[in-house]
Amino acid sequence: MHKLAAASRHLVRFELNGKAVEGLAEPRTLLTDFIRHEIGATGTHVGCEHGVCGACTIQIDGVPARACLTLAVQVDGAKLRTVEGLAPEQGRLSIIQESFRKHHALQCGFCTAGILMSLDAFLKANPDADEEALRENLSGHICRCTGYAPIVAAALEAAEKLREIRNA
Amino acid sequence: MKPAQFDYLRAESIGDVHRALSEVKDARVLAGGQTLMPMLSMRLARPSSVIDIMRIEALGRIEEKGNAIRVGAAVRQAKLLAWPALKDRQPLLAAALPWVGHAQTRNRGTVCGSAAHADPSAEIPLVLTALEGSVEVSSLRGARKVAAAEFFTGLMTTARADDEMIEAVHFPVRQPGHGYAFNEYGRRHGDFALVACAAVVSRTRVRLAIGGVSDRPVARDLSGTNDEELAQAINDFAWSLEARDDLHATASYRRQLVREMGIRTIREARACIS
Amino acid sequence: MTCRKSRRVIREAAHLSEIPEDSKRWLGRSVARVEDAGLLTGQGRFLDDLGVRPGTLHAAILRSPHAHARITKIDTAAAKALPGVSAVITAEDVTKLSNSLVVGVKAPIMCWPIAVEKVRYVGEPVAVVVARDRYLAEDALDLIEVEYEPLPVNVDALAALSPESPVLHDGLKGNIASDRKFRYGDPERAFAEAAHKITVETNYPRNSCTPMETLGLVIEYNASEDAFDVLSNFQGPFSILAVIARALRVPGNRVRLRTPGDSGGSFGTKQAVFPYIVLMGIAARVAGKPVKWIEDRLEHLTASVSATNRSTTLSAAVDPDGRILGLAWDQVEDVGAHIRAPEPATLYRMHANLCGAYDIRNLAVRNRVVLTNKTPTGLNRGFGGPQVYYPLERLMQRIAVELKLDPVEVVRRNLIAADKFPYRTASGGLLDSGDYPAAVTMAVEEGGLAELRARQRAVREAGGLYGIGFAAVVEPSVSNMGYITTVLTPEERRKAGPKNGAQATATVAINPVGGVSVHVASVPQGQGHRTVLAQVVAEALSIEMSEVQVVTDLDTAKDAWSIASGNYASRFAAAVAGAANLAAANLKARLARSAAAQLNATIDDIEFAGGKVFSKRNPDNALAFSRLAATSHWSPGVVPDEAQAIRETVFWTPPQLTPPTEADEINSSLCYGFIFDYCGVEIDRETGAVRIDKYVTAHDCGRILHPGMVNGQITGGFAQAVGAALYEEYAYAPDGSFLAGTFADYLVPTMMEIPAPVILHMETPSPFTPLGTKGVGEGNCMSTPVCIGNAVADALGVETIDLPLTPAKLTALMQKPEPAPPTHAEAQTSAAPGQQKGRSLFGEGSAEIALPPQQVWEMLLDADVLASIIPGAHSVEKVGAHGFRADVSLGVGPVKGRYRANVELADLEPPSAVTLRGGASGALGFASGEGRIQLTATDSGTRLDYRYGAEIGGKVASIGGRLLDAAARVVIRQFFEALARRAGGPRSGNWFTRLFRRRP
Ligand SMILES: Cc1cc2nc3c(=O)[nH]c(=O)nc-3n(C[C@@H](O)[C@H](O)[C@H](O)COP(=O)(O)OP(=O)(O)OC[C@H]3O[C@@H](n4cnc5c(N)ncnc54)[C@H](O)[C@@H]3O)c2cc1C
Ligand code: FES
Ligand code: FES
Repeated sequence: MHKLAAASRHLVRFELNGKAVEGLAEPRTLLTDFIRHEIGATGTHVGCEHGVCGACTIQIDGVPARACLTLAVQVDGAKLRTVEGLAPEQGRLSIIQESFRKHHALQCGFCTAGILMSLDAFLKANPDADEEALRENLSGHICRCTGYAPIVAAALEAAEKLREIRNA
Repeated sequence: MKPAQFDYLRAESIGDVHRALSEVKDARVLAGGQTLMPMLSMRLARPSSVIDIMRIEALGRIEEKGNAIRVGAAVRQAKLLAWPALKDRQPLLAAALPWVGHAQTRNRGTVCGSAAHADPSAEIPLVLTALEGSVEVSSLRGARKVAAAEFFTGLMTTARADDEMIEAVHFPVRQPGHGYAFNEYGRRHGDFALVACAAVVSRTRVRLAIGGVSDRPVARDLSGTNDEELAQAINDFAWSLEARDDLHATASYRRQLVREMGIRTIREARACIS
Repeated sequence: MTCRKSRRVIREAAHLSEIPEDSKRWLGRSVARVEDAGLLTGQGRFLDDLGVRPGTLHAAILRSPHAHARITKIDTAAAKALPGVSAVITAEDVTKLSNSLVVGVKAPIMCWPIAVEKVRYVGEPVAVVVARDRYLAEDALDLIEVEYEPLPVNVDALAALSPESPVLHDGLKGNIASDRKFRYGDPERAFAEAAHKITVETNYPRNSCTPMETLGLVIEYNASEDAFDVLSNFQGPFSILAVIARALRVPGNRVRLRTPGDSGGSFGTKQAVFPYIVLMGIAARVAGKPVKWIEDRLEHLTASVSATNRSTTLSAAVDPDGRILGLAWDQVEDVGAHIRAPEPATLYRMHANLCGAYDIRNLAVRNRVVLTNKTPTGLNRGFGGPQVYYPLERLMQRIAVELKLDPVEVVRRNLIAADKFPYRTASGGLLDSGDYPAAVTMAVEEGGLAELRARQRAVREAGGLYGIGFAAVVEPSVSNMGYITTVLTPEERRKAGPKNGAQATATVAINPVGGVSVHVASVPQGQGHRTVLAQVVAEALSIEMSEVQVVTDLDTAKDAWSIASGNYASRFAAAVAGAANLAAANLKARLARSAAAQLNATIDDIEFAGGKVFSKRNPDNALAFSRLAATSHWSPGVVPDEAQAIRETVFWTPPQLTPPTEADEINSSLCYGFIFDYCGVEIDRETGAVRIDKYVTAHDCGRILHPGMVNGQITGGFAQAVGAALYEEYAYAPDGSFLAGTFADYLVPTMMEIPAPVILHMETPSPFTPLGTKGVGEGNCMSTPVCIGNAVADALGVETIDLPLTPAKLTALMQKPEPAPPTHAEAQTSAAPGQQKGRSLFGEGSAEIALPPQQVWEMLLDADVLASIIPGAHSVEKVGAHGFRADVSLGVGPVKGRYRANVELADLEPPSAVTLRGGASGALGFASGEGRIQLTATDSGTRLDYRYGAEIGGKVASIGGRLLDAAARVVIRQFFEALARRAGGPRSGNWFTRLFRRRP
């Protein structure tokens, strides 16, 4: 049994977007607070801290999950991926990001990081997903600005493009 | 909205969990965290310690044992949903699981965590109840298996003693000559059910289980009744559930859903008797 | 997206089309947004992404669990003593160091950002802790002890009219803060002469557009200069800065407000951060350190701000053809517990267009503003529109139904004719432009109404419930800063001085080493202002968009702004983009002069195109734009004074926005777009769920600068409106408990609930705005709720229907009598279906105890016994003959809280009956109730029967509503279980449960 005492801060290390990072966290520190304020990766946002809105969604060991429902100390040793890790290189956008831009699938951009992280994983696992499946998967996210129609359009086009690349 | 302080205990074995639960006052198991974490952040729950069980390999297995699918305490809902044999071995479970929250919460939430939490609207306790499954709990004092009907004793309360953990839940596998169906209605997709219905039928038997209405999932055998009697029996059943009004629905609305969705679910189950 | 391009009915704007047609490259195109690359890669700069100064403290707020109560004691000692806590601020500090926020009506009431002496709504701030981090600050909140003396509560707008309703503000006699009557034309005569009088009564519910980013701020007090420096995601209007400065007791120039580069949506709501700027300003002053506060979601839903709920009676005088001769409005506006600036603006924003899109000359209005025990209201997308158009368009449908006319025909017969623009409305509005009949025709034809009607017939024939609804709406934009003074009488206005106009400002500047920058005070919240301004300025100067850098983070100490600045009332495209166009045009005129001098040409011979400036006659005689632009920096000596061009700031206000007249006529907005919507909905008979089969929304928002963004505003507003129509409600129990405190209870729709609407456009430019544009962002929040409401009313054939259209409500309207309960079942423990709205719960049960009644009786009166059986009791103290005080931990499952409980025994009839009365309160909430216990001797001992009624409120009610009743029953059961156990009854829970639960 490994015990981390309540009142102290403990070393937490993990891989974030392919790079090793570490910082100190109390057992109660939420992963959202940790990656944003301790590590400084502020691209992941916090919209509700109770698991419903999806803004904080990141990939933990490859699967999308709510960072706000995770303790920082739980991900010690894990591989995390956040919105900062999606673009292939500085100044370029991934295919999904590009189609979001094209379809105006974001307005304020606050919900966007979470949606991208879900969609990225979903399209990897389900390249042939239809609109219904896409909608269902992304229903774990609330966007207050776009009314979703542009997001659906962007997601469908990104799926199509990714399929073309795969088949080529 | 930040949690109060607690110790974090990372259990490496089932024995670790047993010891912690019996020795540490007010300790709580932390599984997928999809329910416990919001409660911690809202300070509705204030355990002295949380015991993270997710790194215990022995708890991570799905296996068919006897006539049941045994799902270990560290098995996430998404993993069970992706288990290739699921649809074949237990169609009711396969039908109900996609209704548990969203893909993103199923990636973390566990099957046993849902049983442990015993939300009256939750799908997994409902399926356990409908199928007459069981819950395997253990502690330093030993292990026991509790039938679902005895396990869920009320709102977020179960027959699990404070020093016990759930090690696994058992879902009986599909029986030949039986049909299964599941339906649910919630206000938004992914919301907790206002009413959920699970039906298990054979030529001689109709078993209907209802979630979201009473303080726990409730099943009733409506065996040997014709269509008219069935409607009457479901109405009786609906009234017996002591439906309540809340923000999202009235008691009478819930009864209506029980009646109409209940019948439909039974019909659908009959249509797929194998 | 199903966006269909329509035939464009484009009229030439009469003037100001300064941009030569042939050089148009950017405007009107859906160019990629300059904001997106950063936002998509996690490089956004939202408030909480920005660092703070070392030593900054974090604030958390203790909030009232009661809707109305006197604060009898606040003890902060333990909180202050917690290591890491710097200060705890209460009303005492706030009243000592600040003034009340100014109130927009003439009434003797105050509005503090913290509860002073009493709390008036659930969630009202009671104390603020500032500490090293937010976690610690919340720890300290748990240590603050507050004692309340509950007062009677009212949450009903109409009940607030009664002199008997509990008075919220002692300065007022009742709860009516304003009561004004208006009369335009001759409404009495219209009603006297009309063939029909048709009336609707509606109650528009409370909701909010709840942005994904919550409110937040960092504030610092500089004692040596007596000045405050604030960074906040405030959205304007900047008139509020005057309110803040007055409250903080400093001159306006001592409150410096900065806004971050990005904001996570607002839809009006972030205006509501201003009371917190004052509150945290005091906290920073007391603590002597900068203070940061980020609102959490529970705080946001419970206590931030809400749109108003409004009860309306609207009557129309109608002739036999369905033409409306007069309207009579009676509106009761519920602003919640305080009149917080700029309220009661919601009630007056639509004053100019109270007749909607219709040509109606006789109008009577009564407007009352009432106070209730609910969260104060404020800006919210649509601002006043949904509350007005819901009754107005419901009325249009009722006219059609009662006169057996086609609803579209009733709309058409009343529309303002195309040749009447600009059209002066009865109440003083000046509708700038439009062709409403043509827009309706376009919508009907291109949206496929005929097919929709065929579909309706088919579904109905098959036994389905299918309805079609319509809504015609005039969407106002660019508010007249004077409209709110319509709430004052002409005499009061004379005293206060006239208010009017809508100053917009923009600055365009030239960089010495290339490029043009634009600064505005429009504080975008996601609407792509930077992109549109780059389009406008690039187009005006004939340069590439990439050469224009737009800065929208605002610093009130350095940037140009006015009280009308901010992101509200859809003023951006019409006013701010226009101002930027003017600034660019001015700069261009100067540059042209400079170019003329340098190229030896005349000014009218100078042409700007493709990044070059040249002589039209001799295009080779040219200068690079960047070269020309830099001249005033590098060699001002060669440039004549009138051609100096470095930076140009324009302030623009339209002359049409005049103050209210003596006759209370007011042009409350500058431009008025037009929307015609219709939709088909199908209602599921089993669940009562509404499925939107098809939704058509046709807009005329003047000239379109960026079609993609305009459509984004439409789909976004539409989704929020579907939420308001079907899902969302800031619901309150009769005791004032707030019931929608999480995103699991406040049901913002997801991708599964929102279909894509069919969008149609037509463009009639506004003659009053520099670019011919009008606002577009709020329209669907006005049109869609009632359009869906009308469709559902049509499907069910009902006359009265209020939002949200929940499945339970609709199922009840389908009027199928419920099959009776089985005869052997007793009455349900809950109240009659649909009636038990609040948190009141009732229950009963019984237990068998293996002791004679006398002994059970003695146990009930014995503090020690009670200590051992009250679930989770830490101590039980006897107070007086029949009272007890206990410290208890109560809980269900993992939910546990510590409470202080007071119980009193009354109506004692030893040894057979007693009433237990009492209450408990703790961090999770409070409960009060009463139970009657009856003891009856039986063969084996005693049968104990009990009945109870209880009210539960506070945090647990707002976040755990779904489970609360059952939870309370568990706790009460635990008590009697323990009693039975103590008395030696069987221990097994199952045995007891069986007895406890009603036998089937
Ligand atoms: C947005 C959202 C929507 C959701 N919608 C649904 C829904 O529609 N239906 C539904 O059923 N659920 C829903 N849930 C909850 C579901 O996701 C949870 O996964 C589940 O209820 C709990 O599982 P968990 O593994 O996350 O448990 P945790 O949150 O870790 O624990 C829950 C409780 O069970 C206890 N516990 C967990 N495991 C054990 C064990 N092995 N032994 C003893 N005690 C244990 C914990 O101490 C805690 O009290 C939703 C959650 C979210 C965030
Ligand atoms: S912030 Fe995590 S789901 Fe909303
Ligand atoms: S873009 Fe603003 S919330 Fe989605």
